[in-house]
Amino acid sequence: MTGRGLKTLSIATLITLMVGFALVFLWVPMDADQGFKQKIFYLHVPLAIVALLGFVAGGIEGFRHLRSGDRRHDANSYVFIHISVTFGVAVLVTGAIWAKASWGHWWVWDEPTLVSFLIVFLLYCTYYPFRYAIEDRDRQARYASVFAITAGAFVPLNFMAVRMAESVIHPRVFATAEGGLPDSMLLTFLVCFAGIAMLWFTLVKTEMVGKRVSGQISQLRRTLNEDAGRSGGRIAPSVES
Amino acid sequence: MTPSRTAFAALLGKDLRTELRTMRSLPAMVLFAVTTFIIFRYSLDRTTLEGSLAGGVLWTTLLFASILGINRIFVSELEEGGFDAIRLAPIDRTVLFTAKASALFIYLAVLQVIVVPVFAIFFLSDFSALIPLVAVLLTVNLGFSVLGTLISSMAVNSRARDLLVPLLLLPLVVPLMIAATGASAGLFDAAGPDYDGFGSWLLVAGLYDGVFLLVGYAVFEFLLED
Repeated sequence: MTGRGLKTLSIATLITLMVGFALVFLWVPMDADQGFKQKIFYLHVPLAIVALLGFVAGGIEGFRHLRSGDRRHDANSYVFIHISVTFGVAVLVTGAIWAKASWGHWWVWDEPTLVSFLIVFLLYCTYYPFRYAIEDRDRQARYASVFAITAGAFVPLNFMAVRMAESVIHPRVFATAEGGLPDSMLLTFLVCFAGIAMLWFTLVKTEMVGKRVSGQISQLRRTLNEDAGRSGGRIAPSVES
Repeated sequence: MTPSRTAFAALLGKDLRTELRTMRSLPAMVLFAVTTFIIFRYSLDRTTLEGSLAGGVLWTTLLFASILGINRIFVSELEEGGFDAIRLAPIDRTVLFTAKASALFIYLAVLQVIVVPVFAIFFLSDFSALIPLVAVLLTVNLGFSVLGTLISSMAVNSRARDLLVPLLLLPLVVPLMIAATGASAGLFDAAGPDYDGFGSWLLVAGLYDGVFLLVGYAVFEFLLED
């Protein structure tokens, strides 16, 4: 992934997010049931959807890495999972705030959506100690890809299993049987979703560019025969052309 | 090229014979489980268990005892050069996956044959739950064997091996545990086994097993590459 277009993407992301927040705070009608605190929905749900899609995309990149052996797919996989885990933290925090405001508790156990997401989040957090425990770079990349594929297959199964256990309070806004979303809210939601998705891409691209640049610097250092020991100590995947 | 059936039989036979002669994992797993039951008796302050509490105690104990076995399943391959032998032999490498998973399935089955009756004697007032429980145990064993083999093969090469296996395995088996406890809670009901939802939970566990069997089968070869 090159740095080309990063500036345009960042500006577009910023504009979309600003438009989204303007719609949320100034235009969209107040929810009859929950009032003002419902508005966190426009942040929480896009973050959750984008994080989960990011995890699955990490699995796809892991698969592509195993197929082709191209290290760039491994670096993509690592970055996708990294940014998605960060978004996952945001999901859990915004969800806890919403839960406290709506139900009076920071966390509830009998809500399948919360538990599913927590399990997936914890699983992807284990990606890092797992990766860093393997010293050989090639093996590390291969095993991480296998893990990303396994975990990517796990995400839908997990949601299904936990949902079977119970389903009561967590709002199922998009289920048509429960009424669906009025148009103004749907539009606002879509704009916020687009903004969060673009934010994800911007962060991924920024991290990839950062890795690329550090990879180039390490390579230059090695060429100049300068301080070679330091670059050998890095354990996260780097992108070197 | 040696046919897979011969290779599979050879690998499985080697593992079972080794375990029979050295008794490396099984006694520890059984002792761990029985000791855990005693701890549960005191920490829960109960002498009989029923319903979801019985299911919870049994499945938690079986889970942690199984992890002891899963930790050790590839250690002998690593130490004695078994991985190199598999790479050199003219066989399909995925046979190692199926052989190890089958060996692990057998160890877990033996563990349960010993531990579940002990559990029944310690905590259950009526044994009618045990026959349908066999179906749940077999389904969950399959899931544990497949996932355990996959995770163990990834963790065996790292230094923090004993730490990595529980770390990676526990979140992955949560849906399987949800299905197992969901299916067995009704079985341990005080008024006699209740089969409400039993079939659907077994189906979920079966689906889970199927998906990870396919995933494991597909990716295992990449783990053996040097």
